[in-house]
Amino acid sequence: MALKHATPMLDELEKGPWPSFVTDIKRVAARKPMCEDLLGLVEMSYEHKEGHWKHGGIVGVFGYGGGVIGRYCDRPDLFPNVAHFHTMRVNQPASKFYTTEVLRKLCDIWEEHGSGLTNMHGSTGDLILLGTTTDQLEPVFYRLTHELGMDLGGSGSNMRTPEGCVGKARCEWSCLDTQDIIYDITMRYQDELHRPMFPYKFKFKASGCPNDCVAAIARADCSIIGTWRDKIRIDQEAVRAYVGGELVPNGGSHGVEKRKLDIQKEVIDLCPTRCMEWDGKNLKIWDEDCTRCMHCINVMPRALRPGTDVGATILCGAKAPILEGAQLSSVIIPFMKMEPPYEEFHEFVEKMWDWWMEHGKNRERLGELIQRLGLREFLKAVEVQPDPRMVNTTRYNPYIFYDPADVPGGWERDAKSFRERHHA
Amino acid sequence: MPFDPTDIMKDRLTDIGPPKYDKFFPPFIKDNYGKWKYHEILEPGVLVHVSETGAEVYTVRVGAARLMSVDLIREICDIADKHCGGYVRWTTRNNVEFMVDDKSKLKPLMDDLKSRGNWFPIGGTGASVTNIVHTQGWVHCHTPAIDASGIVKAVMDELFEYFGSHKLPAQVRISLACCLNMCGAVHCSDIAILGVHRKPPIIEHERVQNVCEIPLVIAACPTAAIKPKKVGDYKSVEINENRCMFCGNCYTMCPALPLADGEGDGIALWVGGKVSNSRVPPMFSKLAVPYIPNEPPRWPTTVQTIKKILETYASDARRYERVGEWIERIGWERFFEKTGLEFRHEHIDDYRLAMTTWRTTTQFKF
Repeated sequence: MALKHATPMLDELEKGPWPSFVTDIKRVAARKPMCEDLLGLVEMSYEHKEGHWKHGGIVGVFGYGGGVIGRYCDRPDLFPNVAHFHTMRVNQPASKFYTTEVLRKLCDIWEEHGSGLTNMHGSTGDLILLGTTTDQLEPVFYRLTHELGMDLGGSGSNMRTPEGCVGKARCEWSCLDTQDIIYDITMRYQDELHRPMFPYKFKFKASGCPNDCVAAIARADCSIIGTWRDKIRIDQEAVRAYVGGELVPNGGSHGVEKRKLDIQKEVIDLCPTRCMEWDGKNLKIWDEDCTRCMHCINVMPRALRPGTDVGATILCGAKAPILEGAQLSSVIIPFMKMEPPYEEFHEFVEKMWDWWMEHGKNRERLGELIQRLGLREFLKAVEVQPDPRMVNTTRYNPYIFYDPADVPGGWERDAKSFRERHHA
Repeated sequence: MPFDPTDIMKDRLTDIGPPKYDKFFPPFIKDNYGKWKYHEILEPGVLVHVSETGAEVYTVRVGAARLMSVDLIREICDIADKHCGGYVRWTTRNNVEFMVDDKSKLKPLMDDLKSRGNWFPIGGTGASVTNIVHTQGWVHCHTPAIDASGIVKAVMDELFEYFGSHKLPAQVRISLACCLNMCGAVHCSDIAILGVHRKPPIIEHERVQNVCEIPLVIAACPTAAIKPKKVGDYKSVEINENRCMFCGNCYTMCPALPLADGEGDGIALWVGGKVSNSRVPPMFSKLAVPYIPNEPPRWPTTVQTIKKILETYASDARRYERVGEWIERIGWERFFEKTGLEFRHEHIDDYRLAMTTWRTTTQFKF
C-alpha cells in the first residue's frame, strides 16, 4: 500500500547497512496515519532544511508538572495527524534490563494510544514514547501506572530521571551498587522529580568505576563515581599469562587474536603516575601513588581488580554550554561510603538543594551557581572542608577574599590613628 | 478498573517510580550480581562475563537506530523469547544486548540475528565506532539547526566496517546534537556533530510582548546582545547583531525570535573529548570544523570529513590513544596538517576565558 506522501529524500535513507529509521517508521505508517504524516513532515524539513515543529507546548498529566514534552507541528494544514505530537518520558528500570512481557504490554498500550514510535532511550535514560495527542496523555498514564507499575520520568526545572551504568549486574569493576543507588534516589525524591520546584533542571548519574560508562562526569549535576581506597588486587600468575601471550590484552578490545602483552609499553609507561614496575616476573604497584584511572585494570582484566574498600567520589556541576559554557563535574567529596540506607549521601543532597534553591537564579544550573558564588560558598553550604583533591591547581591570581573575623583587629579602622603614624 | 475520562482523579496512582531494577534481571544476572570476576570479548559484538561461581554469561550487542517502532521492539522481544528466556537490555549508547547463560546458545542466537536482514548488526565493542548518541532533530524538536536521525544513519552507513571490528587505536565515541543545548554527549566525545546557526534571530515585534517574558529573554543571552526596546506601540527587544553568535537560547525562551534558516544553518564538527578517567582526565571536545552546510538526505561533506578525521587518527595514533590524547601528543598544528582541514578565525576562542586556550609558549612545530 502506497503511503500518502512522496518521500524521495527519506527513501535514500532506506539504503545502506545501518538499521534504517525510515524503513522502520514506514512499516508502522502503513497502519498509523500519525506516522504517515510524520514522514511527510520530516521530508518537508529535508526540503526546507528547517524544522517544522512549533515552539514549546505545555501539556501534562494531573498531579505532575513534568514528564510530558508537548509538541505541535507548524503545518497542521498539510499534516493534520501530527498537529499534536507529544512525547511521554517513562522512567526506565535502572540500567535498562527488561522482560519481553513488560515490553510487549508497553508496545500494545502505545500502539493503541500513540504513534507506535519510541526512542530506546532518551539521553537522560527515560524510555521515550514519541508522539500522541493531548487527550491520550491521561489514559496512557493510567495504564502505565495500573497495568505496568511504571511511572513518568522528569522534565522541566526538576530532578530529572536518574540513571547508572550496568554496574554489578554484569561488570567486574563496579565499586557501587549503581542500580540500587539510582533506585534509592529516584524513589526518595519522587516529589522533586514529578513537581518542578528548582531554579532549573538537576540530574544524577552513577557509574560504578572511573571508566564512567554512563558519562556521569559530563552529564549530571551530581556525579557519583565508584572508586576504592585500598590496593589493586593482583594475580601475578595472570599477569605473567598476559606477558606470555596466553591471555588476550584489554579483554580483546584491540583484536581477539592472542599476542604477547608488551607490559612496559602498554601498561607501565602509560600509567599516569608511573607508580608501577615490572621486573620480568612480578608486577609491583605503589598504590599510595595510584590515582585509580583504570588503565592497567582495563588492559589486564584477568590479572588486576579494583580494591575491596569501595565507595564513591561525589562530583558536582556538570552541564552543557548554555549559558556560561560547558562544565565537567568537580570533586566535592573525594570518598564516601555508599551503602544502604545512604543517609550521608541524602544529607549532602538536601543541603546542596537547599543552598541552590535559595541562591540559584532562574535557569541557573548548580555548576553556574558554584561559579558565580564560588566553590568556598558551596562547600560551606554542604558542610565539607576544603581538600587539595578538589583542585587541579591552587589559584594563580592573588585576589583572595578574607572574612574580617579571621583578620586580627577586624576591618573597622580609624583614619585619625593612621594619620598619627603617617602624616598626609 | 479501566480509565474513566469522566472522573479523571479516580484511582489515580502517582509517585510509584520505575519498576525496581532487579524485577527484570535474568536469573543468571540476579544470581551473580556483584560476583563477576572478569570478562573477555570473543569477537566484535560478543562478550563473555565469568563469575566467581563459575557461571558464564554471553552477551551479543547489536546496533539500533534509537528511534524505533513498536514492531521492531516486538521483533527484539521475539528474539529474546526464543533465545534469552524473555530478557533483554539496552546500553547507555542505545545498542541492544541479548544475553544467554551457555555457550551452546550463542551461535543459534547470532545466526538468528544475522538472518533478519540488516536490523541487528553485531558489534559496538572494544576499539570500534559504536552507536552514535544523538538527539531529536527535525523529528520532534523545535530548536534544531540540523536533523539527528538522518545524519546518524548516513555516518553509520559510511563507518559501518568500524562498528563490527576492532581496528582502531581505541574506542571512538561519536555523538550528535542538533543545537547548542547539546543534549547528550557532544561536549565530551571523540568526534561530535553539532547543529549551528549563523544568522541572528528574526524579531516579531508585534508578538514579543504577548508570548514572551522579556526579562527572561534578556537574561538568556550569554553575550548580553539583547536589550528591551519599544518599537512603535510594542514592547519588544533589540538585538545587537554584532554581539550575537546565534546560540538560539533566546528563542528557547521566546517563540517570537525564530532563527532557523535553511541556507544559514549547518554543522560544526568537534574532536578530542572523552569522559573516562583512563590514563588522562576527561576532556571537552574542541572545534575541528566550524561549518559544513546541511546536505540532506545524506550529508556527504559531513560524512566524508568525519571519515577523513577517523582514518587519519586510525593510521597515526598509538594503541589505547583516544582522539584527544592523539591530538595532545602531536599538537593541533599537526592535526590540521594531517587531516587537511583548514584552520580559520572561528577556531580561535573569544569567549570569557579565551586566553587560556592561546599558545603561551614558543613550543610549536613548523
